[in-house]
Amino acid sequence: MTALPAKSDVKLGLVIDLDTCVGCHACVVSCKGWNTENYGAPLSDQDAYGENPSGTFLNRVHSFEVQPEQGAAQTIHFPKSCLHCEDAPCVTVCPTGASYKRAEDGIVLVNEDACIGCGLCAWACPYGARELDQAAGVMKKCTLCVDRIYNENLPEEDREPACVRTCPAGARHFGDLGDENSDVSQLVKERGGMDLMPELGTKPVNKYLPPRPKDTGNEIDILAPLLAPVATETTGFLGWLDRTLEKL
Amino acid sequence: MHPAPSVILFSVLSGLGFGMLAWLGFGEPGVTGMSAFIFFFVAYALAVGGLLSATFHLGNPKNALKSFSQWRTSWLSREGCCAVAALLVMGIYAIGAIFLETHWVFVGIIGAILSIVTVFTTSMIYGQLKTVPRWNHWTTPPLFLSLSIFGGALMTGQIKVAMVGFIVVGLIQIAAWLMGDKQFATRGSSMETATGLGDIGKVRMFEPPHTGTNYLLKEMVYVIGRKHAMKLRVIAILLMVVIPVLMIWMGAHHDIKAVIAVLSHIVGVFASRWLFFAEAEHVVGLYYGKRG
Repeated sequence: MTALPAKSDVKLGLVIDLDTCVGCHACVVSCKGWNTENYGAPLSDQDAYGENPSGTFLNRVHSFEVQPEQGAAQTIHFPKSCLHCEDAPCVTVCPTGASYKRAEDGIVLVNEDACIGCGLCAWACPYGARELDQAAGVMKKCTLCVDRIYNENLPEEDREPACVRTCPAGARHFGDLGDENSDVSQLVKERGGMDLMPELGTKPVNKYLPPRPKDTGNEIDILAPLLAPVATETTGFLGWLDRTLEKL
Repeated sequence: MHPAPSVILFSVLSGLGFGMLAWLGFGEPGVTGMSAFIFFFVAYALAVGGLLSATFHLGNPKNALKSFSQWRTSWLSREGCCAVAALLVMGIYAIGAIFLETHWVFVGIIGAILSIVTVFTTSMIYGQLKTVPRWNHWTTPPLFLSLSIFGGALMTGQIKVAMVGFIVVGLIQIAAWLMGDKQFATRGSSMETATGLGDIGKVRMFEPPHTGTNYLLKEMVYVIGRKHAMKLRVIAILLMVVIPVLMIWMGAHHDIKAVIAVLSHIVGVFASRWLFFAEAEHVVGLYYGKRG
């Protein structure tokens, strides 16, 4: 049923640290690797080795440059996947009931057996989190690795989304954002975690941690006095050598 | 948005078809027998043909029957339900008119209302999307409804109504364009709100997430159309409104002028609908630095 659940107390989601992300795209690759061979249809590629390769990905890393009014521009790598919105517009537009939000943990999923591939949910999503697989003709999106996080066949440390597990910089965190005492909720509180496009009222569960303030580059280091030239006029043997070579 | 031919064909043809059915249901013209058959045949061909062409847009049409189930939340599902209901009810009315020489007025009125509601649901599929500010505006339903009702009037020979109606259509269309041009800015989504980085400064794209294209860019970041948008707007208004109104004013009636009026109007609506898609800016383009 594509009506949203009344309320889910558990809100599983990701917290992404824009300060720490180095833009290596490892999360993109591990996401594709896990999800192409697990939940639902594979994530196909078209013309993979040709001139115009394209394909289905559930997670992509954009890179932006932000120019403050003063000081140097900052490069910020920006991973983007489904935000598992509380008020998910992609769910309610679905005509077949294929798109749904789970009451028990808030994960937004697509039941591919009911999907007609109309693409309306992808239109309704502001974040570009849904892609229609061109081979299977069904909508693909981040499942929050629902087949890992509860999977008792995996060692406990692997029971988190593939992107989180693989991130070498520790820029991705997974947890229950509905529990205000959870590690992720604490992190969001401490670092001022934010919503993307809050003006659209989707109430995303995933939060982004803004980059920490950078130094402006104008401050003088405390070691600067030690770097001042100690002698302006050369004297002694080196001074003589310098003057002699200058004359040649 | 990508102006997919199947969706443009669907919305234009089924809009006209349901507009015709609405007039026929209200008993205008109150035809029976063979001439009723011809009117109903054309109306059904347009409405059903349009709906069928929409299925070409689906990636996985084998589940299409399931799309009648979510009418509580989904405008697309509501459209499916209303379309089938309208076609069934009008089918009963058509049988009466064609074979029994009778007009079941009550059935006709119900069928006509369902036909108009169907067009409204179509418009709301687009009108509901907050992600496409140009569509998410009060002008979207009036545009679809007026095109359908007055296009239907022309097709069913209500030419006086059509003449006045097309002027209304023209005004709504121009209002939709002019207000639509400002909608994206009015809604206030920007690269700064999309990334949440506006507190630091001005955001621009440094590197896209992929070197090639993808579904999102093809489907929702269509940009080519806008180069000739102004010319196409003029062409659309001329064909959709000005020429048909002139033809009717010059006394079109079962002659070449009537044929010109109908063909010109339909081609004009196609141009208008193509622009409706091609000019619509989806907010996801912000993540690719492709807006504003």
